[in-house]
Amino acid sequence: MSRRTLSDAEAQERASEQRNYLWGFALALILTLIPFGVAAFAEWRPLHLYLLIGGCALVQVVVHFRCFLHITLARNKREDLQLILFTVLILSIMVGGTLWILFNLYYRMMPDMLP
Amino acid sequence: MRGAFFETMLLLVSSFTFGMASLALKYRDDRRALVGWLLITLLLGLGFVAHELYDFHRMFEAGGVPSRSGFLSAFFSLVPLHGLHVTVACVWLIALLGQLAVHGLDAQTKNGLIRLAILWHFLDIVWIGIFSLVYLGGLA
Repeated sequence: MSRRTLSDAEAQERASEQRNYLWGFALALILTLIPFGVAAFAEWRPLHLYLLIGGCALVQVVVHFRCFLHITLARNKREDLQLILFTVLILSIMVGGTLWILFNLYYRMMPDMLP
Repeated sequence: MRGAFFETMLLLVSSFTFGMASLALKYRDDRRALVGWLLITLLLGLGFVAHELYDFHRMFEAGGVPSRSGFLSAFFSLVPLHGLHVTVACVWLIALLGQLAVHGLDAQTKNGLIRLAILWHFLDIVWIGIFSLVYLGGLA
């Protein structure tokens, strides 16, 4: 069995899933080209550039989860979504807390060198 | 920067081709398409690792070694770690292709492919963070 014929319903479902992947690819491509293009060719102020890069990255992560890993708001995906959100929570506490403590140390030990 | 862009494209396309392989796997409609997509994915993954190694080589040539600065120490503990994960994923993919050739599409091979797909997509998600934070953020 190297090839089998799909029923109409299956073929339709397959086509819709394939569209899902294509959309994901196209969106991810655009969200990659924007920050690279702006960073390479435009003279933006660093803060604006940071915000653009960060924004595009976050949206692209959501696109990947939605289109490639099929994490949606549907009820049967709820558990996976909650696991991912919990991971994000723990990571942000760790990263945010570390930055907080380090900058606090920075401020107390070498206030003259703060940017 | 040009290198990072090329690597980003390789990984993004490989994520998409693995998606196509997952579809072929799910609907079991075309075994040759499955193997074909997996092979393309493997080549893209290996291309990513090779290009990354070439990039590191060029950085070393230019004197960009880990001990030179704090940025480079952090760079070389983060980026090659991701590259190592991609390498292991490629080895896993080769092993699964072997399993596919020997045992055919049995439950275990199928299970392995589904798990590897998750890892592969996650590798790309992590790479988004790396190219945004390290390459683009470092430039900004």
